[in-house]
Amino acid sequence: MPERTVTVASRSGLHARPAKIFVQAVARQGTPVRIRVGDGKPVPANSMLAVLSLGARHGVEVTLDADGPQAEETLAALADLLSRDLDAEDGTDA
Amino acid sequence: MPDVTPEVAPTVLPEVLRGLGISPGRAAGRAYRMAGPPALPAVSGGFGGSADRAADPAAEAVLAVRGLEAAAGELAARAEAAADPAAREILEAQVMIAEDPVLRDEVEQLAAEGMDAAHAVDAACARHREALLAAGGYIAERAADLDDVRNRAVAAVLGLPMPGVPSPGHAFVLFAEDLAPADTVNLDPGTVLALVTEKGGPTSHTAILARALGLPAVVACAGATAVADGSWVSVDGGAGEVRTGIGEEKAAEVERAARAGRERLATASGPGRTSDGHPVKLMLNIGSVADAQAASGAEGVGLFRSEFLYLGRRSAPTHEEQAGAYAAVLRAFPGATVVIRTLDAGTDKPLPFLGLPSELNPALGVRGLRVARRRPEVLDAQLDAIAEAAAETGAETGGQPWVMAPMVTTAEEAASFAQRARVRGLTCVGAMVEVPAAALHADRLLRELDFLSIGTNDLSQYTFASDRQHGELADLLDPWQPALLELVARCAEAGLAAGKPVGVCGEAAADPLLATVFAGLGVTSLSMSARSLPAVRDALARHSLDQCRQNAELALAATGPAAARQAVAGVR
Repeated sequence: MPERTVTVASRSGLHARPAKIFVQAVARQGTPVRIRVGDGKPVPANSMLAVLSLGARHGVEVTLDADGPQAEETLAALADLLSRDLDAEDGTDA
Repeated sequence: MPDVTPEVAPTVLPEVLRGLGISPGRAAGRAYRMAGPPALPAVSGGFGGSADRAADPAAEAVLAVRGLEAAAGELAARAEAAADPAAREILEAQVMIAEDPVLRDEVEQLAAEGMDAAHAVDAACARHREALLAAGGYIAERAADLDDVRNRAVAAVLGLPMPGVPSPGHAFVLFAEDLAPADTVNLDPGTVLALVTEKGGPTSHTAILARALGLPAVVACAGATAVADGSWVSVDGGAGEVRTGIGEEKAAEVERAARAGRERLATASGPGRTSDGHPVKLMLNIGSVADAQAASGAEGVGLFRSEFLYLGRRSAPTHEEQAGAYAAVLRAFPGATVVIRTLDAGTDKPLPFLGLPSELNPALGVRGLRVARRRPEVLDAQLDAIAEAAAETGAETGGQPWVMAPMVTTAEEAASFAQRARVRGLTCVGAMVEVPAAALHADRLLRELDFLSIGTNDLSQYTFASDRQHGELADLLDPWQPALLELVARCAEAGLAAGKPVGVCGEAAADPLLATVFAGLGVTSLSMSARSLPAVRDALARHSLDQCRQNAELALAATGPAAARQAVAGVR
């Protein structure tokens, strides 16, 4: 199964605004994606609660995996998203 | 958004509920209660004996998912309406929690296994709650957001009102047990007409919020939480009266009159007067020239805090800088009284350039005028600058600035300050009365001075030996405390006897009802923020001097602040 490992660049980690943007992006892709921290248990990336509960802070490496024909494209787009500081973008609380 | 407005208002027998009126004004509309978290039904589904199992697992699963959808819908509507971007983001994140596909699957699964819908929502949320708490730090704080989703979904499943401030889609009177800051962060004064709480007191959060928003409010109102949602009520926040079962026409009539009153208040202008023409000057508290320019409708400045010139500085401001700032304020109020308070700093409000050593008990240490004991040149420089500004603007503005010193304690201090000001040609010299000793000797102070201005906040702190910042002692710092009013009375009497003005500045002067008490005590001016001025002007205009005197007597004779408020509010 295709995987991508990326470092969380957002200052507040995968929390609040960055988590919201990420989960919304996953939902839009339509391909089931999972996310895990290190060797932890993969959780559905379209679940706000599951993503928050990862507790992935700034600088933590997370691994995404996906299946299906669009898997590679989807992972590339999501990895790109996570490697940006989403707190700084168009942020009302930045 | 689910519509919780009933088509027809419930029939309620006319009844008058009484409480404590803590924010004056009248309003009428439909009542809506703030609901607490819903209780789970006693009979639980769960995995226990078959007797507990829900009758139709498939129906329960559908019901549970609909509960989550209702919560998401309600939160989405709130997010849309939220004016504050930060609040909107939080609400949007909550919508995503309510719509979480994992949560939905788990709820469906639990229901299919035999739990009733409410318990299925509760159990699924409880698992995630634990996971969030385990993540710790700021992730754990999201548990409160999940709790809110859970409460809303369970309420929807059980057909109970949504918890939190209701949003019936039209203006309403909010009824609650009590209001916490978290409940009211999104409270919209455009749709909430008045506040009524079963609990709370004059210094509760509800009271502070109501006064800040200018909403009529009644607290400590027995029976408030039993008022039926959607029924018509009227509220009198001055008298502490709530009328239920009044009917739509009566409500419309009250609301029309209230609106007319608010408009009259907003457009009223002119000097402060009782209904029979006794003058009480309405002045402004300002902290900068910008405040002065924004203000209108006042008769002058009752308190110009000069601290802004000194804040964050390593060295004293230059003579030119100071004189320029004072001249700007004098020019903003041509021909009107402008009272400049000399520097109010000290070990309680430290300024780096003063170089004062820290003290164990700064509120009782070297502050206000006492700083001049150590750094007399700072006060002299300030008085020089004020005198120059007066000379420079005197011809154009036709006025002389009044100067007063903070924290004057004895007649000797008053005499010394007056002498320093007068040798510089400043002719109107006064003192703040913040220390009980100064209030007790108000007559002796006035032998040395031309006027007094009572700073009720500090006078409360020193009279009741209660730190101004101490939340637990807020009741002692209530400006309606009869002992505080007695000190004000003493100052006002001394002023009347000497034929010299005695004003009140500080929070207390902004309370419209208390303003009538001050007028009755003989206070000659009230100084407040521009925002508070219209309501105080209106309160004075609706009372004769005799009524004000009667109010003063009632307040002085009361056993405590709440009783004083009630006694005065009861007099119509």
